[in-house]
Amino acid sequence: MSSKPLSFQEIVARLKQYWGERGCIIQEPFDVEVGAGTSCPETFLRALGPKPYRTAYVQPSRRPADGRYGDNPNRLYKHMQLQVLLKPTPADVIEQYMGSLEAIGIDLRKHDLKLEEDNWENPSLGAWGVGWQVMLDGLEITQFTYFQQVGGIDLELVPAEITYGLERLTAFLQGVDSVYDIEWTPGVLYRNVRLVDELQYSVYNFELADVPTLWKLFDIHEGEAKRLLDLYQDSKGRTGFPLLATYDHVLKCGNLFNTLDARGAISVTERVGVIGRIRKLAVGVAGAWVEQQYGEAA
Amino acid sequence: MNLLLEIGVEEIPDGMLAGALEYLGGAVANLLKQHEAGDVTIRTDATPRRLVVRAEGIQSKQADTEERVWGPARTAPEVAVAGFAKKQGIAVEQLELLSDGKAEKYSYVRKTRGRGASEILASALPELVLKTPFPKTMYWTGKGGDRFIRPIRWIVALLDDQIVPFTIAGVPAGDETSGHRKLGAARFPVTYENYETKLRENFVILSRDERRDRIRAVPTKYKCDKELLNTLVNLTEWPTPITGSFDPAFLELPKEVLITVMRHHQKYFSVETPDGNLAPQFVAVTNTDGDPDGLIRHGNERVLRARFNDAQFFWNADQKKKLADRVKDLGNVTFQAKLGTYLEKTERMDQLVLTLLVHAAKAGQPVTDSDISEAKVRYTFGPESPEFHAVRASRLAKTDLTTELVKEFTELQGVVGGLYARAQGEPEEVAIAIYDQYKPVSMEDSIPRTEAGRILAVADKLDTLRGCFRVGLIPSGSKDPFALRRAAQGLVKILVEGKLRLPIQSLCEGNKQLEEFLADRIRYYFREIRGFEYDEVNAVLASGWDDLPDLEERLEAVRELRPTENFEPLAASFKRISNILKQAKFDNEGAVIRERLLERGPETELYRAFEATRLECRLLPDHKSRLASIASLRPKVDHFFDKILVNAPDPAVRQNRLALLDAMLSEFSQIADFSEIVPHTTTPQP
Repeated sequence: MSSKPLSFQEIVARLKQYWGERGCIIQEPFDVEVGAGTSCPETFLRALGPKPYRTAYVQPSRRPADGRYGDNPNRLYKHMQLQVLLKPTPADVIEQYMGSLEAIGIDLRKHDLKLEEDNWENPSLGAWGVGWQVMLDGLEITQFTYFQQVGGIDLELVPAEITYGLERLTAFLQGVDSVYDIEWTPGVLYRNVRLVDELQYSVYNFELADVPTLWKLFDIHEGEAKRLLDLYQDSKGRTGFPLLATYDHVLKCGNLFNTLDARGAISVTERVGVIGRIRKLAVGVAGAWVEQQYGEAA
Repeated sequence: MNLLLEIGVEEIPDGMLAGALEYLGGAVANLLKQHEAGDVTIRTDATPRRLVVRAEGIQSKQADTEERVWGPARTAPEVAVAGFAKKQGIAVEQLELLSDGKAEKYSYVRKTRGRGASEILASALPELVLKTPFPKTMYWTGKGGDRFIRPIRWIVALLDDQIVPFTIAGVPAGDETSGHRKLGAARFPVTYENYETKLRENFVILSRDERRDRIRAVPTKYKCDKELLNTLVNLTEWPTPITGSFDPAFLELPKEVLITVMRHHQKYFSVETPDGNLAPQFVAVTNTDGDPDGLIRHGNERVLRARFNDAQFFWNADQKKKLADRVKDLGNVTFQAKLGTYLEKTERMDQLVLTLLVHAAKAGQPVTDSDISEAKVRYTFGPESPEFHAVRASRLAKTDLTTELVKEFTELQGVVGGLYARAQGEPEEVAIAIYDQYKPVSMEDSIPRTEAGRILAVADKLDTLRGCFRVGLIPSGSKDPFALRRAAQGLVKILVEGKLRLPIQSLCEGNKQLEEFLADRIRYYFREIRGFEYDEVNAVLASGWDDLPDLEERLEAVRELRPTENFEPLAASFKRISNILKQAKFDNEGAVIRERLLERGPETELYRAFEATRLECRLLPDHKSRLASIASLRPKVDHFFDKILVNAPDPAVRQNRLALLDAMLSEFSQIADFSEIVPHTTTPQP
């Protein structure tokens, strides 16, 4: 390791540069709330269909139930993921991934890297894959997944999804025990930037979020997504049909569901049903998206 | 010739290496055998990145064969002859006219060249490899592509020094392998002879035994957990154990929690002090050749500290709400969609615990609803007694499912409840009962330590079984998502080894499928775990299994008396009696034995001896002496069958005789159905 570890923003910049040099489009974060970079259209929709695609982007990921009022050194309401999608997967994908760790100053000859089985599934997106959690000196730093299905559809080309937990990775490199002690950039700590978000959103998600209002919003977004999907059925094959806008509403439902869940407003019996409602929409958008892509290809 | 086959795969899940090797070794051996390529010696090895089969003693080529093929007769039309030649792929001129002994026919000698071993292997290996059974496979080359556990990235296939030419999933077989991801070369050629040495030079230890030895060679004395050891052997190519330590202040947390974090979450071995306590140390196994700067140790220590901090945080947070105040929260935790929440389960268990306690107290007497209501009043508020403890433990048993610690470490359910109960001032017996409620988790595991714990565990398992069978969630084949087999097996073990005389069959609520399922588990337990013979188990089971400790005693009696001279011949006679009654379609409804209809001599003697034995059996203290007494009837029974014709011409005499036999059969069948006994030595039937 070099004498001084990289700052949070240097790590992000190096990783983006590294993947940019390997043919990835460097995207900026998606602007609708998501629980993980996978949900963004850049992954969820781009994974579908016959077109090769490579992208990398940082995605702030919101998980209302994981908020801890800024008290817990390792758990965050909102954490940053660096999401890489390589479609189709290059044969040397793991070597490329290991290269990215070297690029941020980890000398892998001096550390212990293991790939341990960890299969991934997101039932509300009808998506699953197989892969590993990547363990560096006993710390899980990355989730590596070969997608098999997205939106209930078998994928034409199998992408590799590489998701780095940026706070963890930085804490590891900087040798700090709390994510709040991460140096964002010299003179500025993570706590200076993010602690206030953690506290305020924990108060909102656990105490103040108005349950009837959230349900109302959920119904509104679900209704709009449904309306659009019905319209799509009538206008099949229209290139400009706004499936991306439809998907925004699906994502809104996902975040509302997570907030309601954190608020303790979803009973166990309801849970499966609500997930099913979101999945139905996601599957609908995925199917239409594939159709639209083939329409364009023809 | 020797074959080296190495399938280079991205990291294979550790639990899947053994099964894959077993299949591959067997399949390659079979393939060579089928093609008469020799009886080979097979050796299989694996690391996370390679599945390896080596076979020695392959014949380079199958033998050539010759076979005469007969065609149409000399008299056949020309077209038929031409057709035959064409079908065989030869010219008409090459045919010979020969007699097959009956007629002159066109024929020729077909010569089949034996295929070379390489040819056989090249054509069969792709399919053979892709058929390796894995619980979950993936595709990676595109939709419809080949499936395997993880992407195949290289293949070595050498027959002596020649490459066996084939391709799997677009990867051609060659002679190049790959070393340790970081310490070895990415690609280098190998031969059959230098394969293991070359791998070693590139930081891959092929032998799992050797990797195991390397892991065990650490100077720190750690608790060797075989399962974890295997996992680590399968996760590493060049394992090097390192010892780290943690702040002794964490030892204030229960050791169960510390060990779970180390064992399950971090794959570390825990370390014990010489006096058997947990030491503030751990052993981690790295996939490297050392840690000279202590970077890896430092990293692992930091991760563990964060994990322990989390556990500490959860522990403290959980204490803010006592278990007793969490019962109603169980209404928010689903047990099973069709069976409701854990609150409903708790209420059913409470009721079941009372029922079991009353059954235990009344020993065989019928139990009424008012008995249970009374028990509820008597046992709910103390004073302290095993019954009180069981009732209290049942109320709190599932509440730990609402705690943060169990949400984080689900494998500690029960254990955490027990620890919290203790910390919150519940009676020690209540804490132990909660702690032990999921025991035994396997057939090797012990049953709950206390009576209250056993009652609670029985109630929990029985409720799960009854509920699942009621709503049709019945295990079939290998599918058993609710682990009902384990629940039933544990139930049997607790009842037998805890000597609980609870009417288990009656408690099945008349569900025949559940009864059959439990009977199967009982058979399994006594045969596989306790080593009784299958016919002995069947014989005592046929006499009822409502009371398992009693069944165990009957089984032991049968096992002990079986080698005695009278036993098996008598068992054979009972079988005969059973057949006679069956053939005669004897209906014992209202049947009585009339002494005046008994023939003097053997029949009357048998009757008297039977009556005496029957009386004696009532007075004898245990099944063994009863069975000995029954066995001593043998001479009288033999004599009876020697001298007396059961099928007497006078219907009244015949009925009376059948009534005697039937009375004997049903009397003594209370211990075992002797007709189920299969004789060890074939005794000549009289």
